[in-house]
Amino acid sequence: MSRLNDANLAVAKETIARYPRVKSALIPVLHLAQEQDGYVSTEAMAHIAELMGLTPAEVYGTASFYEMFKFEPVGRYCINVCTNISCQLVGGWELLEHAEEALGIKAGSTTPDQMFTLEDVECIAACTEAPALQVNYRYRNKVTPAQFDAMITALRAGELVDEFPPHGTLSRIRQGLPENWADTGRTAQAEVDAR
Amino acid sequence: MTDTPAYHVPGMVPTGPKLITGRFDQVDGFTYEGYVNTGGYTALRRALTEMTPAQVHDEVRTSEMQGRGGAGFPAGTKWGFLPAGVFPRYLVINGDESEPGTYKDRLLMERDPHQLIEGVLIAAYAIGAAQAFLYVRGEMALAQERLVLALKDAYANNLVGRNILGTDFSVDITLTWGAGAYIVGEETALIESLEGERGMPRLKPPYFPAAKGLYMQPTIVNNVETLANVPWIINHGGQEFHDIGAPTSTGMRIFAVSGHVNSPGVFEVPNGVTTFRMLFEAPEYCGGIRNGSSVKAFIPGGASAMWFFPEHLDMALDKPTVDQAGSMLGSGAIVVMDETTDMVAACWRIVRFFSRESCGKCTPCREGTTWLERILKRILDGHGRPEDLDTLLEVCESISPGIAWPPRQTTICPLGPSAVSPIASAVRKFRHEFEHYVQFGRPIEGVHQHAIHGSVAHV
Repeated sequence: MSRLNDANLAVAKETIARYPRVKSALIPVLHLAQEQDGYVSTEAMAHIAELMGLTPAEVYGTASFYEMFKFEPVGRYCINVCTNISCQLVGGWELLEHAEEALGIKAGSTTPDQMFTLEDVECIAACTEAPALQVNYRYRNKVTPAQFDAMITALRAGELVDEFPPHGTLSRIRQGLPENWADTGRTAQAEVDAR
Repeated sequence: MTDTPAYHVPGMVPTGPKLITGRFDQVDGFTYEGYVNTGGYTALRRALTEMTPAQVHDEVRTSEMQGRGGAGFPAGTKWGFLPAGVFPRYLVINGDESEPGTYKDRLLMERDPHQLIEGVLIAAYAIGAAQAFLYVRGEMALAQERLVLALKDAYANNLVGRNILGTDFSVDITLTWGAGAYIVGEETALIESLEGERGMPRLKPPYFPAAKGLYMQPTIVNNVETLANVPWIINHGGQEFHDIGAPTSTGMRIFAVSGHVNSPGVFEVPNGVTTFRMLFEAPEYCGGIRNGSSVKAFIPGGASAMWFFPEHLDMALDKPTVDQAGSMLGSGAIVVMDETTDMVAACWRIVRFFSRESCGKCTPCREGTTWLERILKRILDGHGRPEDLDTLLEVCESISPGIAWPPRQTTICPLGPSAVSPIASAVRKFRHEFEHYVQFGRPIEGVHQHAIHGSVAHV
């Protein structure tokens, strides 16, 4: 959709300053692009390449390895149902099947109104709370079909926005560069790199 | 801790002290105030003002704490691999918890982030790190939020950054995160990811990042749970830690017990406890198998581990004992399967995981896991062929010659051989279930049929 806006550009620069080498900030900055647009756009990747002294291919080369990055628009809410072993044993597949019927789509696709994307995902580290799912990377544990339906109804009604921020948003708090940042890593690494 | 000898008797003492999960039930355990009010940051103060880095290292060495990430390598020994006089050095914290069945690091980050930060700072001091990188799994949004908040408070209180607590020790902690890739849990893949690359494991040698790691500088990669134990070790001494648990696997250990138990849960138990205790003891633990059923098989250490069976329930869970029995404690993930479990489906699901998560660098793993998954899926779909079982084992042989434990590798990292574990376990022990599928196109009587669907083509 677009390049990083001014506010996100400032965050990106601050992020880069936290690493001894620029490219280390690539994944966090890609997340920033995804937070801005809901997915990682081609324009954003070109902008990031510019910012970090990389080629767009290098940026995409890294980004395409990681499952969380989406390169085309997804639903406002990404629902990731875990079907790995601990969830499978106690109804993960049955929950996924229910979700497909309730949303009218197959796992791996998005509802026509762009509200929901449904995915069949690998272990999300909630094994004792199975069957578990994530909505925009926030957990719901031991989910029954009735609870799933209630959640969908609430989301369609515009509720639960505090619990589930828009897709792409991970930490809602920015790290920033603290006043007493020591910068010893970057300084020492720059010396080594100069040799 | 005068009563510690009791912990050495496997299964005799169901509960022990809470070393690192004590704040899990504390409502404000994740806040700076909640942490400081319960003794937080005293170990850091002690380390920085009363101890030399070498003394801190000695305490950790004395504790003989084994790494909690999966391989179980002693942390103190690992720190000792750093080449003398080579700087800058880095500390990388592996919070990319993704091994199926594993659920502990996320809790440690969400519910007690300051404890982890304190452990990181003490470790950074001991090894002389110029900077620490806390690599958290991308999908763990709450853990990231809690750690950002905790780091902000720690910086504001002069516990991280320049001249910590007025001493001449300075170190930064950068919170960084991934974007969905199990393989990044392998330490060299994690370093690649931290350098902004595709998360593929590096060719060995060098065998240890301690020699050449991040930016090819000496680097220590430690698991979250490992470092969370460090403040306790400094507060109480390495010897006291050593006295807890089993002599060959010291300290407490967090186990997540999931699957067909009445109350699945995450428990901090002394190393050396038996699985039986954790499964059947109530109310502290799982309170038995659901519906009065019994154990058909269980995985002792995450999806990569060889499966165990009812005869292993009384075995002490310490590293050498479990290793000798042909599996591993891994990341402390116990997955319990009762008599209604479809072993072919269970086996397929774990193999599908490894097939999906193979990074593609080594041919035996990339091709092998793909074919294993496809063959298992066609058996599951009722299209199995009589020769399929032999083909499965043949492919397993190509990935891990001998199909033994510990696995031999034809690959750079252990992901490929990990896909062999469920097949070797299930085919050997439940061969008739596979044969039944091949012959009749459906599972044996009495097992649960899953609503599995999928788009994997029959081959």
